[in-house]
Amino acid sequence: MSNVLAMDEAERARLRSTHATVLHQPWWKRWALLIGLVVTVLYLGFCYAFFNVGPAFENGKWDRAALYLQDWYSWRAQPRLKFADGRVAATWSTRGQYPADAKIDWLVPHDDGSMTVTFGSDANRLEVTPTLVTAYVDGAPYRITIGSDTVTAPSDAPGAVRQDASKVVVEYGFAGQAEIRANQVYVQRRFLGWANFWFDTRSAYWGLNPLEVIGLMFSPERVDPARSNFDTAVKDFLGNGVWQHGDILSKLLQTLVMAFVGTLLATLFAFPLAFIAARNITRSRPVNWLMKRAFDFLRSIDMLIWALFFTRGFGPGPIPGIAAIFFTDAGALGKVYAEALENVDDRQREGVKSVGASPAVVNRFGVVPQVLPVFISQSLYFWESNTRSATVIGAVGAGGIGLKLLEAMGTNSDWDKVAYMVLLILMVVFVFDNLSNALRSRLIGPRGH
Amino acid sequence: MAHIAHDPAGGISEATRTVYGHYRQQIRTRRVYSIIALVVFAIVLAVSLNFANAANSGKFFERLPYLFDFLRSFVPNDPLEIFRAMFDLPSPYADGSMKYDFTSQRMYFTDTLYIPHFIYELIVTVNIAIVSTIIGGGIAFCLCFFAATNLVGAGAVRFFVRRVMEILRAFPEIVIAGLLTAILSIGPIAAIFAVSLHTIGALGKLFFEVVENADMKPDEGLRAVGATWLERVRYGMLPQVLPNFVSYTLLRTEINVRASTIIGAVGGGGIGEAFRLSIGNNHAAKTYAIIILLLSTIIAVDQFSGWLRRRLVGNQAFEFGRGAA
Repeated sequence: MSNVLAMDEAERARLRSTHATVLHQPWWKRWALLIGLVVTVLYLGFCYAFFNVGPAFENGKWDRAALYLQDWYSWRAQPRLKFADGRVAATWSTRGQYPADAKIDWLVPHDDGSMTVTFGSDANRLEVTPTLVTAYVDGAPYRITIGSDTVTAPSDAPGAVRQDASKVVVEYGFAGQAEIRANQVYVQRRFLGWANFWFDTRSAYWGLNPLEVIGLMFSPERVDPARSNFDTAVKDFLGNGVWQHGDILSKLLQTLVMAFVGTLLATLFAFPLAFIAARNITRSRPVNWLMKRAFDFLRSIDMLIWALFFTRGFGPGPIPGIAAIFFTDAGALGKVYAEALENVDDRQREGVKSVGASPAVVNRFGVVPQVLPVFISQSLYFWESNTRSATVIGAVGAGGIGLKLLEAMGTNSDWDKVAYMVLLILMVVFVFDNLSNALRSRLIGPRGH
Repeated sequence: MAHIAHDPAGGISEATRTVYGHYRQQIRTRRVYSIIALVVFAIVLAVSLNFANAANSGKFFERLPYLFDFLRSFVPNDPLEIFRAMFDLPSPYADGSMKYDFTSQRMYFTDTLYIPHFIYELIVTVNIAIVSTIIGGGIAFCLCFFAATNLVGAGAVRFFVRRVMEILRAFPEIVIAGLLTAILSIGPIAAIFAVSLHTIGALGKLFFEVVENADMKPDEGLRAVGATWLERVRYGMLPQVLPNFVSYTLLRTEINVRASTIIGAVGGGGIGEAFRLSIGNNHAAKTYAIIILLLSTIIAVDQFSGWLRRRLVGNQAFEFGRGAA
């Protein structure tokens, strides 16, 4: 039987001897991938122990994590229903989402001094009186009696009604929960969305739907006689006490300015110096070497060091951010520019030189047209990257949206504001990425660097 | 090059003169546009600078003279203090304050053998960077094949994977770190998470671009003999793209060392936090010790990874990847 693909012994031997390096590799080369994987896994195991990952996860506050994440896209109203003189009265914390005398559809006071709290539907509600709270869970009533200092749940209560020492907790899932104590009921009612995002309760525009807002904006009757309704709306929006739109937007602008000015100044600074660092343009080895080491030095000092140093010098704000980005990127851009310059085509320079041009003119017409697209494209890349890193630099103390984010996260209750700022940052980054891509492809064609 | 021939009138035909006129016209238009662009640029820059100065708590020209005052007062008692701070040796100026207390934070292995505090923190930071690069790079490696046009036919999958990468890349690292710090308390895990997620986005993008630029002939050959998708990726794609992948990963390691320092300062522990505390408390010797340690680490990591990359993919200017990273 003859198979055209089969080889005889001689052929096999010939292949073995001619391609010895391919067929007879040392064992460590053949098993390199596996060895690499094993080493990586071992290293990760070591780090698992080194960073105490196991215990840290065990001690993590995971119940709070769910709460924090819910805060990103929803808000809580937290009235305390206090018992006084046989009546129930709602008191709000300082960050109340309702004005003082608002009519709230899920929190209805009755003439006899009792109060009804609705959690989503009528089947899930609390009837609160100072001596007895009737909790309706899925339509079924459970009578929770309030003594002088203890509260007792009925014995047939479901899992949603839970006795916790001297108080009773009623859970309604996402819609909220109520903590019934001897002297008050602490209600948490959760709603999707962000509370009072557009206007806070002090504004005349509070509680209106978008059409009504637009209608009021252009109605001739002035809310504030001193200014037009449109101005009032803008002022109320920017001055929103809870969301601080004006402050956040100006901080965002600071961050953008940091990235823009820092990168631009670094570009302007690195541009002439790169000509000194390039071997083929400045024909002096010591000068080239010195310039390149200066770039390396600037580049190697961490942005963090520059940022903290200049924050000490100038105080928090965009200036330390600009300075940090400037110093790091002047080094990095200088290095990249010098490399681009060393790779230029010499014929164009020779051509300009041969007609008797001065060195400045040779560089202007023989070198710059070749490297300018690369330079600009690199600077645009750095600009994009800095738009992102300026946030972190800000958090270290340079100000801008980064510091604002850090403050909002520090309170552990403003996660909705964090989400808002994250959305703003994502939007800005996308816009700037696309802008810089568009500029780059206009300058050097879509498939260049 | 308009100045080459200023007076072309002599000895030029009518047709050439028309062409020359058009050329002059184009040059003039371009110049006008360039000047407009420059003026707009200058105005934007001036407005930005003015805004930055107004928003800053210290004004630039008021503070500039004092910048060096701070440096002048920020000097250790003698140069040796820096090395004492670096290696946790007792200081002769010790007066019980943290400023001269170099010894209390030693990490003891045995009764006598210890790692100096700052070097230990540096090891933490470098390890954060390496672990994050491994985790992020691993996940990016798995994802990148699903984002490449030449390997995945389903546009929806590609679109989804790419958007996920974009969001991970643009998501502010400090928010991830802050959220995890709130859940897991302060520590390096928050930093690892934050840097890893960012690495997935950054490396994922570079990886799938490499895959898209790969030669499809090996893939075709494998397809012809009936290889499955996994086999095509393993034997047709991987050998081509692996050197570039490793090179980008090494470059990312360099960047991550810097990133984990900064995240550390915001609440991830490591040398970044030590540095922020020491410069904030005016501990000059400690600050300089950390600067020297950081500088030498970063230079060492850069040099090592540069050497390795040059061996792997030849002498390419890999700074080009930085912007995307």
